[in-house]
Amino acid sequence: MKLLKLVPDDTNIKFLKLRIPFFVLSLVLIAGSWAAVLVNGLNFGVDFAGGQEVRMTFEERETAPIASLRELVGGLGYGEPVVQEFGGPQTVSIRVALPDGTEDTPGAATAIGQKVIAAIAEEYPDVRTDGNDTVSGKVAGEFRDQAILALLAAMAAVSIYIWVRFEWQFGVGAMFALVHDVSVTVGLFALTQMEFSLQIVAAILAIIGYSLNDTVVVYDRIRENLKKFRKMPLAELLDLSVNETLSRTVMTSLSLFLALIPLLIFGPPSLFGMVAAITTGLFIGAYSSVYMAGPLLIWMGVTSNSFVPQESAMDRQEKIALGEV
Amino acid sequence: MLEFPLWKKLWLWGLTLAASLLALPSLANVAGLDWPKSLPNPQVNLGLDLAGGSHLLLEAKASDIRAQRLENMEETVRQLMRNAKPRIRIGDVSTGEGRLSFMLESPADIDRARGLIEPAMQGVNLTREWDLAVVDSQRIVLTPTQAGIDTALDDAMESATEVVRRRIDELGTREPTIIRQGTTRIVVQVPGLEDPDALKSLLGQTAQLEFKLVDLNALPENVQAGIAPPGSQVFPYAPGTPMEGRFEAVRRLGGIRGDNLTGAQAGVDPTNNQNVVTITFDAQGGAKFAKLTRENTGKPFAIILDGQVLSAPNINEPILGGSAQISGSFTPESANNLAISLRSGALPVPLQVIEERTVGPDLGADSIRKGLLAMAIGSLAVIALMLATYGRFGVYATVALVFNVLMLLGLMALGGFTLTLPGIAGFVITIGAAVDANVLINERIREERKRGRKVIAAVETGYKEAGRAIYDANATNFISGVALFAFGSGPVKGFAVVLVVGLFTSVFTGVTLTRMFVAGWLRKTRPNDITI
Repeated sequence: MKLLKLVPDDTNIKFLKLRIPFFVLSLVLIAGSWAAVLVNGLNFGVDFAGGQEVRMTFEERETAPIASLRELVGGLGYGEPVVQEFGGPQTVSIRVALPDGTEDTPGAATAIGQKVIAAIAEEYPDVRTDGNDTVSGKVAGEFRDQAILALLAAMAAVSIYIWVRFEWQFGVGAMFALVHDVSVTVGLFALTQMEFSLQIVAAILAIIGYSLNDTVVVYDRIRENLKKFRKMPLAELLDLSVNETLSRTVMTSLSLFLALIPLLIFGPPSLFGMVAAITTGLFIGAYSSVYMAGPLLIWMGVTSNSFVPQESAMDRQEKIALGEV
Repeated sequence: MLEFPLWKKLWLWGLTLAASLLALPSLANVAGLDWPKSLPNPQVNLGLDLAGGSHLLLEAKASDIRAQRLENMEETVRQLMRNAKPRIRIGDVSTGEGRLSFMLESPADIDRARGLIEPAMQGVNLTREWDLAVVDSQRIVLTPTQAGIDTALDDAMESATEVVRRRIDELGTREPTIIRQGTTRIVVQVPGLEDPDALKSLLGQTAQLEFKLVDLNALPENVQAGIAPPGSQVFPYAPGTPMEGRFEAVRRLGGIRGDNLTGAQAGVDPTNNQNVVTITFDAQGGAKFAKLTRENTGKPFAIILDGQVLSAPNINEPILGGSAQISGSFTPESANNLAISLRSGALPVPLQVIEERTVGPDLGADSIRKGLLAMAIGSLAVIALMLATYGRFGVYATVALVFNVLMLLGLMALGGFTLTLPGIAGFVITIGAAVDANVLINERIREERKRGRKVIAAVETGYKEAGRAIYDANATNFISGVALFAFGSGPVKGFAVVLVVGLFTSVFTGVTLTRMFVAGWLRKTRPNDITI
């Protein structure tokens, strides 16, 4: 039986020959992502912005009547609502800000949600109400703080782990790769203006672990090859390591995509943003493990000595004394 | 590598099958089949986002509890001074700035006063709950200690949680979760609730019922302007009552609270067809109520609920029977809600709803259906890739993958974990990433074969060398999983649980199980060459 081979044996692609242009490209991607965040802003959902959000599905229609919903809800007197598609053409999320002081009046926020739902249900009797979230400004602020803290802590912890298991250069390389992956994923949300919610932060936290898998596998091979080929120039050695693990990188990325893409297409609309974030992050992670994590090692001067235990002067004295030398 | 003693094989198969069997009841449930009642029935809990229901985060205002404590202390001090023999006269009482301060008319009483107050300053565990200071040898200032405030807050939250539980139980909902969170919060989760509004109006009501004497000396124009005479308070009439929009001045102290109730029942007054709530005091409360009405017969008293006056009837005769009827323009629902709230006890502190999430019942079923479909398609695609690429080794990876999903589900059922909507995404990621271990191992075996190693040596090296990268990669996943778990609540926690449990089942099935399969095959056939 002939088995499928996606990557031919013994590839010898000079990945790192183009390390400078690709590294610049990576920096541009990071800068571009943050520029997009600054210019467009993130479309924060109620989790982070606070307010009232109602999610509805129009099962009997091809697409949800977004424009007329905006007009309808806008006419209720709670300011300009944010009405947008949510994960699929039939599903919408409708957000209104909460007037000041609603927190002190029990049920006031809920009453607003109920009015929005009732008004829409009257106009469109076949609509299905999927959910209804109220988040006070106080809780939203706490979520923001916690999200930033969790992201920074996770990135730091993972980088420290890599540092401990490998060498400090690898830790720094991993951290840059993570900054890259996280930035680009956040940038995607600034560009597309998909709703940025707690779920998306969860997706990014997952990316921090999973996008690093490729980096770890390449690093592991670099470590192995550094011990094996002590005289090989570093760029060549990195190329060799990337090529040797290329087949695995392609297979694993492919199997993740094969699993995730159906979820993106056929899965629940309310998961769309989250799965989109994870898919992007993993895709970008595979790229950054070669072009972010690799070149940095060269510039930070990793050598084979990093992994071969050095004979200390003391050891040497001892050996001489024992007559081993 | 080929040595798998029988005991080890039995142990591995036993663990795999046991964990996988635990998944069957949940699978039967999803498929709509009946699980035999005689068998154990561990189920994966569905989160609110899949089962439908309401999540509420309630927060108490700590400042309310502090104010309440000061007021209680003031009442205690006044009573102690009044009952002292001879009576100690005090004046200029204030509870501003978070402390209680008052003047003694005669500085000579200072030691006597201090001696009387001292016992009231100790908490249950002899902790000092108040600090006493004497200023200008005639003024006593009582400041609550931090320990005292903490204890009071803790007690109030403890009993508030209990009250919330009793009220929700009265609604007859199934399996509510009510947990204290942090110092001032309570999380309430009620799955499958049809009408979350009833729940909220029930929890929004503090149900602090007070009977206070109307201050007949207050100037009506001041009262309507909201200005209270010294020693009195002004309360508005509740919306919907005949006096709505007007105010009533009542004596601040000397009233009684509706804390000592044994029952509260909604009903209709036959004489005027109004909705009323009939309350019954316990012995202590009944005695207090009798005393209040006896001493003030002919005077009006106000019935105040959560800071709003319901009515201010005249006390026509002492009420000695220990029960009273409250009317206040109730609807049948609001009368019933008030009765429930009063029965379950007043909340010691008002609660605000600071976060609320409600998921409709249809969405969850729809999400599960779509999630399962996507998971099935994704799994088949991954399996096809494994079989096409690795042949026999792909079959082993596939078997491992199937056991992986079953074990993950089974362990979640065993551990009582909750499957949430993001958890479904976690399952899919686990399926996609689990085969990474097989890919790493198989690619390594391929490489070693190419380098000319013999079959068994190549397989052995493959498992050994790939193991290191598998370990490191999963360690970073584990770290981010822990960060996710610490960060998230509810749905996100469910995602973290699937990812973290999935890491363990993935490594177990992807490395340990496949090694056993491969070893068994190699030992039986001793092939000279393998297709991989």
